[in-house]
Amino acid sequence: MATSSTVTKPRDVLGTSALRPDGAHKVQGSFEFTSDMHAENMLWGATLRSPHPYARIVSIDTSDALALSGVHCVITARDVPGKPTYGLISSDQPVFAQDFVRYMGEPVAAVAADHPETCRRALALISVVYEVLIPLTDPEDAVSGAHDPIHPDGNVIRHQRIIRGDQFATGPIVVEGEYVIGMQDQAFLGLEAALAIPDSDGLGVHLHVATQWLHEDLKQISACLNLPAEKVRLTLGGVGGAFGAREDISLQVHCCLLALKAGRPIKMQYSREESFFGHVHRHPATIFMRHHADANGKIVKIDARFVFDGGAYTSTSPAVLINGITHTQGPYKCDNATVDGFAVRTNNPPCGAMRGFGVVQACFAHESQMDKIAAAVGKSPVEVRLINAMVTGDPLITGQIMESVAPVARCITETDAIPMPEPLGKTINELALPGGSGLTASRSNIVRGIGWGVSMKNLMYSEGFDDYATARCILKDGVASLKFATSEVGQGFVTLAPQIARSVLGVDEVIIEPIDTQIGSAGSTSASRQTWMSGGAVDGACRLVRERLFHHVGKMHDIDPLRLVIDGTDIADQVGTFRISVEEASDGIEFSETFEHHHRATEELDENGQGNCHTAFAFVAHRAVVDVDPELGLVKVVQIATAQDVGRVLNPLSAIGQVEGGIAQGLGLAVMEEIVMQDGKVRNPSFTDYLLPTALDAPEVVAVMIEENEPQAPLGAKGIGEPPCISVTPAIVAAIRNAIGKDIERIPVRPQDICL
Amino acid sequence: MTVIVAKELTTALAALREHADARLIQGGTDLMVEINFNHVKPTTMVSLRDIEELRTIRTVTSGIMTIGSGVPYSVLEGEPVLSAIPALAQASRTVGSPQIRATGSLGGNLGTCSPAGDTLPVMFALDAMIHLNTLDSSRVVSIHDFMTGVKRSVRQHDEIITAIDFPVVNGWQGYSKVGVRNAMVISVASACLVADHENANVRIALGSVGPTIIRCRESEAWLKSVHDLSAGQSISLDVASEFGRRAAAESSPIDDHRSTAEYRRHAISVLASRLLRKAYQ
Repeated sequence: MATSSTVTKPRDVLGTSALRPDGAHKVQGSFEFTSDMHAENMLWGATLRSPHPYARIVSIDTSDALALSGVHCVITARDVPGKPTYGLISSDQPVFAQDFVRYMGEPVAAVAADHPETCRRALALISVVYEVLIPLTDPEDAVSGAHDPIHPDGNVIRHQRIIRGDQFATGPIVVEGEYVIGMQDQAFLGLEAALAIPDSDGLGVHLHVATQWLHEDLKQISACLNLPAEKVRLTLGGVGGAFGAREDISLQVHCCLLALKAGRPIKMQYSREESFFGHVHRHPATIFMRHHADANGKIVKIDARFVFDGGAYTSTSPAVLINGITHTQGPYKCDNATVDGFAVRTNNPPCGAMRGFGVVQACFAHESQMDKIAAAVGKSPVEVRLINAMVTGDPLITGQIMESVAPVARCITETDAIPMPEPLGKTINELALPGGSGLTASRSNIVRGIGWGVSMKNLMYSEGFDDYATARCILKDGVASLKFATSEVGQGFVTLAPQIARSVLGVDEVIIEPIDTQIGSAGSTSASRQTWMSGGAVDGACRLVRERLFHHVGKMHDIDPLRLVIDGTDIADQVGTFRISVEEASDGIEFSETFEHHHRATEELDENGQGNCHTAFAFVAHRAVVDVDPELGLVKVVQIATAQDVGRVLNPLSAIGQVEGGIAQGLGLAVMEEIVMQDGKVRNPSFTDYLLPTALDAPEVVAVMIEENEPQAPLGAKGIGEPPCISVTPAIVAAIRNAIGKDIERIPVRPQDICL
Repeated sequence: MTVIVAKELTTALAALREHADARLIQGGTDLMVEINFNHVKPTTMVSLRDIEELRTIRTVTSGIMTIGSGVPYSVLEGEPVLSAIPALAQASRTVGSPQIRATGSLGGNLGTCSPAGDTLPVMFALDAMIHLNTLDSSRVVSIHDFMTGVKRSVRQHDEIITAIDFPVVNGWQGYSKVGVRNAMVISVASACLVADHENANVRIALGSVGPTIIRCRESEAWLKSVHDLSAGQSISLDVASEFGRRAAAESSPIDDHRSTAEYRRHAISVLASRLLRKAYQ
């Protein structure tokens, strides 16, 4: 029997898997990334970098480079008209090195020329005489003061302790370990790029750039250029990933300086090799932890010492340190703690923001410790975590009360309920064994292990910072236009913002205006914060417009506006029969509202690390199943089961994308991703030798979204970007330990760590 | 830069004679990286991609499969190579990504002559012969004489590697490669083992553990002296382990940013032992 019906396309409102507006373009290769941009009369810019981790600059001679045909200008520290330094927290990083270079790859000069090849030749003609110095590469030498200061601000960037409860508390169970985390790179695919166009009067500049935070860039750039903020305009270029690496200034100031000096548009773009030197990385860290527990495995006290290697300049090291030490306990109750933390300066590459931001390091340590407690008391990893699981209302080791929804136990039990993968069978695909296409193993060489990781992650900025977000909504003729400065770096805000407008206003067509600095700040696309913060701003602006629309309709049709609601694409009277489409109601009339969303205030920590320093928290559990070839030390992650506390799912497809992507990044840190350093020099600045997981390395991901509406969040939704990559790493390492019966305290786990 | 796109081998050979600076390009998966990094700056390139005879597989006489130097790895992964020279098919599958395998070829592995060249251990274990042509001469060189050091070979400037002769051997053969990722990775250590039932011997060649590919002739001789290597035999764990130890002893790996000498030596002992056990399962 055939029936006919009219199929109405579901509206892309909140809760649906609305498709990305840029998705098809990206897949088909037609999306314009910043590196694809072009301007009439454009020149190219390039950067000369230090080959030494630490050296005194004796002299710089640019005359041969300037004499080269096609070269328009060469700039060094002397050509910076404004502030000679920049930085997100402390302005201690030179635009160009002046007296000293403090890390391998530090910018020394830049050139503008008619062709990238001319730039390359010009860089080779710049003569820099260095007096090479012995680099400070061991962070402990910075802590102890064994090395002379390598910067006027000293070698300790920040020191903070946390003292909580009974300092002498102990229990029958005491476990400890010293955990080492290697340097991970964000490895975004779209390399650093910018196009700077000078104003025709030469008194200002318009910069198109791939960044995470337009307004913070603007502040730092205008100070270095010595221009008033209104003379520097930033527009977001197409961004190919960020993961924290675009929060700091890289080529922004150089590009603007060259454009202003040459009086022509300047395009700069890094190569993959240069990118490894051009942005900050995840902090390597050494973390000692000692847990005291009772006979049941309940935590009594934690002692910990953190040393984060911040590299040559401050970047976000002070905030990373605070994130690390305040997450010492993980998602577990803990009344007593003694924590000492250092972020220090070395001649290694500067380190700063990367997905997880200090919590990745802490989590590897505390989760390794939880397994040691479990082993010591004869309980399973799940049991010992459930015994300690935090709930809403618990005090943290900072004294702050956990006010977020905290479904820690549910994350664990729902992950535990996910079916295990098929057992290692006889007819298994050889490529799916550890070693993959290298065909190094047979089924009989392989052992399987299971491991757990659970984490807590703060959302938004901390320590009193008001990282507000701004959005404007204009409704006219049934079409909503949204304006914000929120960096779209791939996370999907350009998908979410129209979903919000459709839900709130009953419109279908939503226009996103150019993302630039012609509106107030949106804050950074980081800290899992944009859905909450910019989502809150868009939601707020749309609600203000809706209020005015209802008022207008009420007045026109003599109905109390409080009786009006949005029903689909109509405005309807809740208690009567009146109905009008949003399109008709806004015909010829423009409603415009701007809204700033601020999260609740936070505080700085006191000298004992006490204070309400964080805004909100999210939780996640990961269970890893891995196959290991113990003789060769090779690993294949078979399955990751996860249940994540998300508040509310706003776009299921985007949500699972964040979860799967974060898991791949956490897997990378567990078993392969590391910038290999030797005496302050990077040994592997390429994708040939800095290994990212491939499709053959990626596990099956089985994810459960735990939706417990977060009352503090404007849309009920928590940020979901960072948690997926945090506890998956310790879960994988725990599974490797479980498979081979050997302790491993360093990540990434290398083959020789398993088999030798 | 001048790019000469040759349709015939003679065109390419003549171009090499004419331009002392000319560089040959087939898949470009090595050379283009070198150019992009400014390590080499060729002014003349001779493209071999359109020369059909370099992209053919022939079985001229029984027992020899002759593979053109430009046959891409993606073809070598499948038939007829998969059945005739399975170790070569396996080694080809380990090269780079699908995109790299669609364009890279044996001529490139030989032209670059890196000890990490994935297919070179297969050539060493099978005693492959390399065909080299000039405009007016040709010669056939054993792979053992062809590779002389790290990225060094006996190929002269005016010579083109046209084809490689692979003996089709009766017996099990296999290739294993260790990398720190399950695909698309540069070899940390690799090994190719060939069991030749007719001659009752086993040959093994190692990659990435010395300045050239290493053929473990002492280990091979030891194995033949202690064990019957004809078809239907089985190898004990003890013999396999000792064979692995001996093969590792013949390697001379180094420490670098990819791995350590100690791990590489250990990996060779495991690979050699496992391959031998598989060969006589």
